[in-house]
Amino acid sequence: MLLQNFLEESAYKFPKKEALICGEERWTYEEINHKSNQLATFLRDQGICRGDRVAIFMDNSVESVISLFGILKADAVFLMLSPTLKPLKLAYILNNCQAKALVTHASKLNVLLDAFEATPTIQFTIFSGDKTKIPGHYLSKSTLWDEIFSSSCFSPLVPCCNIDLDLATIIYTSGSTGNPKGVMLTHLNMISAATSITTYLENVPEDIIINVLPLSFDYGLYQVLMAFKFGGTVVLEKSFTYPYEVIKKMVKEKVTGFPGVPTIFAILLQMDDLSRFDFSSLRYITNTAAPLPVPYIKRLREIFPHARLYSMYGLTECKRVSYLPPEEIDRRPQSVGRGMPNEEVWIVDESGKRVGPGVVGELVVRGSNVMRGYWADPEATDRVLKPGILPGEKVLYTGDLFKMDEEGFLYFVGRKDDMIKTKGERVSPKEVEEAIHALEGVAEAAVIPVPDEILGQAIKAYVVPKNGYSLKEKELILHCKKMLEDFAVPKYFEIRDSLPKNASGKIDKLLLKKEIERNGQ
Amino acid sequence: MVFKEEVLRFIRENFVLDEAEKLQENDSLLEKGIIDSTGVLELVSFIEEKYNITVEDEELIPENLDSINRIAEFIKRKLTNKA
Repeated sequence: MLLQNFLEESAYKFPKKEALICGEERWTYEEINHKSNQLATFLRDQGICRGDRVAIFMDNSVESVISLFGILKADAVFLMLSPTLKPLKLAYILNNCQAKALVTHASKLNVLLDAFEATPTIQFTIFSGDKTKIPGHYLSKSTLWDEIFSSSCFSPLVPCCNIDLDLATIIYTSGSTGNPKGVMLTHLNMISAATSITTYLENVPEDIIINVLPLSFDYGLYQVLMAFKFGGTVVLEKSFTYPYEVIKKMVKEKVTGFPGVPTIFAILLQMDDLSRFDFSSLRYITNTAAPLPVPYIKRLREIFPHARLYSMYGLTECKRVSYLPPEEIDRRPQSVGRGMPNEEVWIVDESGKRVGPGVVGELVVRGSNVMRGYWADPEATDRVLKPGILPGEKVLYTGDLFKMDEEGFLYFVGRKDDMIKTKGERVSPKEVEEAIHALEGVAEAAVIPVPDEILGQAIKAYVVPKNGYSLKEKELILHCKKMLEDFAVPKYFEIRDSLPKNASGKIDKLLLKKEIERNGQ
Repeated sequence: MVFKEEVLRFIRENFVLDEAEKLQENDSLLEKGIIDSTGVLELVSFIEEKYNITVEDEELIPENLDSINRIAEFIKRKLTNKA
């Protein structure tokens, strides 16, 4: 079984059924399957071989969905890159995985133009969107999206050689060194995760899922993969920027599933008088990234009385770890539940020994959903994938500290390293500090996590200006927005004359963290 | 139109500079990556305070807010209705 079989089987079973609703466009399974076959044939004709990496860099769109399946059908590995990626990181990722081709949109040209020169492995680019915006010298090296599908004669799609142990995707996630690491996921990894999740969500072909999360975030990507698995419909939105539009869509399309994160629910709950809308179709809401504050749970129930609330936890390296059955949420609102079906989890102490209830330790995950490792980084891989129960087997040491209650329910405590978990994304303090240092007039910068009800952890940056410089918070925010993806921009800045140092002369972050514990942010 | 200049100035001062520098009156703020959900709320508070108008939830739609021209037209409409 391969990941693209999700689409192919649904196209066989429900050819005329709506698979994807994107803006005004409505696409059936048959249409998406056909287009992705055409794209796969084109990619093969262009020299894309089994195992080659092909990147997708665009906002959520029907093109991104067709592309991911087209790339899989060409036996290649897809990369769904964050549409808010900045040129330096984009170039790093494309070079790190030696991507051979890129599918993108004309609106991303401003970022691409700065990255193109630095990415020699890219042999060709496919552009969707307004071609008049593409400069002439790029146009000659590019293919336009519509041209791929304009030819009426197509050579039949060559059957796949991949097996389920082959890579389906690489998802880049923040690394502690400051450079992102590529999480390698096989077809088997992703099929396993999708099967476990759709099992506990009890998905049926009648489900209609609204997705406002970027497909570059695995939580968003899986909404499409899972819906295509059970033959449902996805209402794909670019973002939650205009919440009122999304709400109208939910009502109009009779949405049954609404995946979100606390920041989305926070915006939603700020809106006036949601009770006038008919949300009776909504069967479930899922939340991950940080547990929902108790008052939110109560208000979400009032607005969506028919919806079951699932609180969940996961990390890219294995997609999802746990879910809290909806009937438990009132009893243990802070818990992220227990391991999902077909997966085993336990907590270990420093020596690797399993610990009992109430004791804080590192969470370990065993299952077919656990990644193959980090791309081209065997050392980082060995730090997190360690020998498991059976010979040759590897289990995932998550680096997340947890404790369990008497009944086996999990509670997130913090990170083992200094990585920050914010908005469901891991952020390396080093990456943020380096970005701040790139601003003229910065002498020192230190970045630490602070507890946050909505974000899980928020990012706080301490900045010391160089002599003769004065820095303003607004200037720092704008600078960071330019350098970093949205979720990595600090929520708080504090400008100081100096920062405390430890015995080895490094900034004493422990002391800064203690200050926060004492005085709040 | 004075609204256009004022809105553009607000965007340049509050959102990512590089993009805002090159911003054309009809460019989509969303597509250009200039604005996100918090950005929209900041923009709306600016409009409400500056022109003393109330923006309803229903009016938080791209048709009203997704380019300099649309925002200026929207402000003009709101002020006309108010008068």
